[in-house]
Amino acid sequence: MKMNVMGAVSGLALLVSTAAVAEPTAEVLHYWTSGGEAKSVAVLQEEFAANGGTWTDMPVAGGGGDAAGTALRARVLSGNAPTAAQIKGPAIQEWYEEGVLADISAVAEANNWAEVLPASIAGHMKCEGTWCAAPVNVHRVDWIWANAEVLAANGIDMPTTWDEFNAAAAKLQDAGIIPLAHGGQAWQDATVFEAVALGILGAEGYHKAFVDLDTDTLTSDSMKAVFDQMRTMRGYVDSNFSGRDWNLATAMVMNGEAAFQIMGDWAKGEFMAAGQVPGEDFLCISTPGEGFLYNVDSFAMFDVGGDDKKEGQALLAELVVGKNFQEVFNLNKGSIPARTDVALDAFDSCAHLSAADMAASNEGGSLLPSYAHGMALRGAQSGAITDVVTAHFNSDMSSDEAVEMLANAIANSL
Amino acid sequence: MTKWLEENTPKLVLAPSFVAVLIFVYGFIAWTAWVSLTRSRLLPKYEIDGFIQYDRLFSSPRWDTAFSNLFVFGFLFIVIAMVLGLILAILLDQNIRTEGAIRTIYLYPMALSMIVTGTAWKWILNPGLGLEATVRGWGFENFTFDWLVNPDMAIYTVVIAAIWQSSGFVMALFLAGLRSVDTEIIRAAQVDGIPTWRVYTAIIIPAMAPIFLSAFIVLSHLAIKSFDLVIALTGGGPGYATDLPATYMYAMAFSRGDIGQAASSAMIMMLVVFAIIVPYLYSELRSKDG
Repeated sequence: MKMNVMGAVSGLALLVSTAAVAEPTAEVLHYWTSGGEAKSVAVLQEEFAANGGTWTDMPVAGGGGDAAGTALRARVLSGNAPTAAQIKGPAIQEWYEEGVLADISAVAEANNWAEVLPASIAGHMKCEGTWCAAPVNVHRVDWIWANAEVLAANGIDMPTTWDEFNAAAAKLQDAGIIPLAHGGQAWQDATVFEAVALGILGAEGYHKAFVDLDTDTLTSDSMKAVFDQMRTMRGYVDSNFSGRDWNLATAMVMNGEAAFQIMGDWAKGEFMAAGQVPGEDFLCISTPGEGFLYNVDSFAMFDVGGDDKKEGQALLAELVVGKNFQEVFNLNKGSIPARTDVALDAFDSCAHLSAADMAASNEGGSLLPSYAHGMALRGAQSGAITDVVTAHFNSDMSSDEAVEMLANAIANSL
Repeated sequence: MTKWLEENTPKLVLAPSFVAVLIFVYGFIAWTAWVSLTRSRLLPKYEIDGFIQYDRLFSSPRWDTAFSNLFVFGFLFIVIAMVLGLILAILLDQNIRTEGAIRTIYLYPMALSMIVTGTAWKWILNPGLGLEATVRGWGFENFTFDWLVNPDMAIYTVVIAAIWQSSGFVMALFLAGLRSVDTEIIRAAQVDGIPTWRVYTAIIIPAMAPIFLSAFIVLSHLAIKSFDLVIALTGGGPGYATDLPATYMYAMAFSRGDIGQAASSAMIMMLVVFAIIVPYLYSELRSKDG
């Protein structure tokens, strides 16, 4: 209740400061339609209404955002863009280049976004120097999840290098346990690949390879080593992994059928929903190597006409980055707040680890965008890499061939 | 006035659908052809930039896989479904008592959507849940049937599911064809003491040539536009081993924001359809003129 009052006051302050008379309205296109996500969005809707706004919800389910993207394209092409749409990573800049995004720098500066957001995440929210999007959360991608009981029974500690991981996996395999729970879908292959790449190439190498698309790095011996490790890990998944959904792989870790899973922290939601406790029933640790791969959801703000809509946009942007929403939303979603000054008392130990690592990586320059989740590259390039990764993982292609194919695929996608 | 109406009613009634087809079929084909010559990414752009998208298409290993899968899948699907449909139809044609019931049973898979077929076969073929696990459960420990998760064999599982779905329909087509052959000729042949198999190969099947052609056209367009079956059965995997041109186009247009690439793949698909349909139309029209 106290939060609501505070929210109302800040909303009021905004209304006064911009001296508007129109009632703020916002039409928001998003694809948060599953249970926990829908609940998280409802929080934002309530807060928006409490500040006198009218929210028009436009949820588009399906295809991991593909359907929402199609709906958005149709809306923009017909000259009827929504106030805000859930878009992330370089796609924000891609939309900006189409000339359809709004400038929300006034809100960002009034609320000091530059101070409270980590620099590399703030970078994604800017289009040629102006703010054009608002971040919602930070998912960490490079996690290893493990079944605590299985590890204890086999005398294994959480691995901190890939060699340790391989040793542990071999031991588990001998004990008749599937070492790595994995689902053979292209994006899951890519998720494991980027975690391995971060560990083996290091933060700088990862940046060169997957942000700068530097050919030398992409064809280097270390990249071959990354593919070698992928080949090794192919031996640690069960033979039945093709096409399995990620949450079924998580369930295998939960019931002790498998020991590890490499997946972003949305997997934590599955463990929690099953009543498991982090640190007791399941363990979380970052994958071997320095760095932090983030997957940040955000709302891009579209250029809309009319004072009521502009008001709504400003209010939405302010609330989204507001402390209250950042805390409540991320508690529901399993991620951590994008702003660094939110108290984390209510969060679990994995989230604490995530926040601490994010701060440390931000200092050390190893806070990096996840390529597998569309944060580092545009669709055509990241898709081209994923094609190679999944083709390699699901065949007997050699690392030399894979590296060559990778360079060709990137060149062909530009 | 009434005379004018009498003369022009057919034209008036046909006009809206004619215009709709002109715009929504041929208009959009032209639009796609145009976009396939541009560098469109997220949104369509209209500056022509040559054949860059086709260059990219044909140097993409994923498109190679998708395109050759189309021929592997199309060829096996059409040939096996037709042979199986013909055999079923001939067996049903032997004046058996429960023909009605059997015909319904074989035709029934056609009533299912491809998504249902794909999902059901995904479970049947899943090595850990379906056929392999069942047979191993019976005690045959070495039985292996892992085509669904084997990148080299996965495309054949799509063929199996598609044949299961469509061969009953082909059977119904052929059955109608068998019944339409002039019984006088067959009786005459039987009077002359010609064996049944010769009656089929020398008289009935040649008389059914138009049915073969229609079955071929129906099956080949099913093969080329196959999309939902692959999505439900394998999701294009393992890797992209079971990609077809339609799933490639979907991935480019809707997941990757690469509209130009999607448009060029759509044009190639259309050329494949033309390569099949045009000779057919040509022979049809010519036979009418003659």
